[in-house]
This record gives sequence, structure tokens and C-alpha cells, in this order.
Amino acid sequence: MIGADACPVLTVPLRDERDIAAARSAVSRELDKRGARALRKVRFVTAVSEIVRNAVDHGGGGEMSVFVKERPLEIWVRCTDTGPGIADIDEALQDGFSTARSMGKGLGGAKRLVDSFEITSRVGGGTTVEISAAL
Amino acid sequence: MTDAASIYHVENVLLVAIRDNITDTDIITLQEELSHRIVSDGARGVVIDISALEIVDTFVGRILAQLSSIARLLAAETYIVGMRPAVAMTLVELGMDLSGSRTALSLSHALRSLRASRLA
Repeated sequence: MIGADACPVLTVPLRDERDIAAARSAVSRELDKRGARALRKVRFVTAVSEIVRNAVDHGGGGEMSVFVKERPLEIWVRCTDTGPGIADIDEALQDGFSTARSMGKGLGGAKRLVDSFEITSRVGGGTTVEISAAL
Repeated sequence: MTDAASIYHVENVLLVAIRDNITDTDIITLQEELSHRIVSDGARGVVIDISALEIVDTFVGRILAQLSSIARLLAAETYIVGMRPAVAMTLVELGMDLSGSRTALSLSHALRSLRASRLA
């Protein structure tokens, strides 16, 4: 969970695929500002790309918010959608699970690229994914 | 073709530079256009420069892998050039090794390799 000590930095609406690129760039800029190293940045931004694409393609859109926690410095991203929700989260996180355009490595892959990964979903009630990485 | 990628035809090789802001639709359009151009231009090689891409996620990775397979069926070899080291490390963690594509560090390496196999 994103704690109360994490400061909200920005929010990007997720309506269509152009917003996927906008969300990636926004997170990338925040990581640059805080001096993140190349590999850390690429891993985190790739994870962001997977979860926001999931929200746009399967969740009917939503929004992504970025938070920064100081001491220790961490970046947090929360991605929410208003879609149909995921009935079986464990199944959705398995490599090979795919409903539409993905290769089925998206969400499970994102989980491997970050320090923390939390997904909550309710059928009919949308999905929220929170990820974080230390900087 | 959108401005998210440009295709140049030079000596039986199609050179493609992908820009960083490419969208999912753009890259699918690129895949279609390249498939047609391989045949219409009689290309024997395709070199895709991804050095402008800050990241390659599973979607873009899948399209690149498919493109290589399509090109091979159309008798052209695909080289992916300019991959950043951090992108390569992340792709492996995602379980995508792009094993169907040849890779080269730079455009000139790819062209040398295509010439060596007499495709260019």
C-alpha cells in the first residue's frame, strides 16, 4: 500500500494508447529528476508500461498516479481502471495468461521487475495495481 | 505511414528507425507496411534500429519477434540493432529473448553481416 508518507507527484489519465506513452514518459522524467540509474529506470518504466497497457486494453482506461517517498527514496505508481476486473488474479499473473493482445507475460513480467507489486481487483469493480522501486 | 517510424530502401535492405513515441497502433501499421515492402521492394534484409526506444515491453517485443518471423517467411533476414544494454537485461527478465531475430550492435555491423551472407 502507498503509505501516507508518500508524496503525490502527478497523475496521468489513461484513455487510449497515446496515454500509455505519456504515462511512461512521465515516470521516466521523475526517475531522471531523482538520478535513477539506467537499469533501474528501464526496469521500472517497462513495468509501468505493462500495467498501464493492461488498464487501457482490458480495463477500459483509468488513471495512473505517481508518488515519491523520501528516506529511503522510493517511487510508487498506482494504476486504477474501471474495467470488468480480474476473476482469477493468480492466473492473470502467470506467464502465458493472455486474453487479448498481450503475449501473456505482461503482468507477471511487471511483477518481476519491481520491488513491490500489489494487485486488487473485484469482478465488475475494476482493478488497481501498485508498484514501487527503491531509488 | 505515420511519422513514428521511417522506412528506407537501400541495396535490397529495408532500414527502419523506430522513434521513441511509437504507439501500439503505429507499430502494428509498421509491421504490415514492412511485410508488404519486403515483397514489393524485393528486400533480402530488414534492419530495425531501436536505439531511440527507451524501453521495449512485452507488446513491442512480441511485434518485433513476429516481424522477424514474417520476414523470414518472405525470404528476408531481420536484424535488430541499437538495443540498449538495460533494455536487453530487462527483456531477458521478462522471458523474451527475441530468439527469432538476429541482433547487431549497430547498423554497420548488421550490413556487414548481411553482405557476408550475400543478402545485400
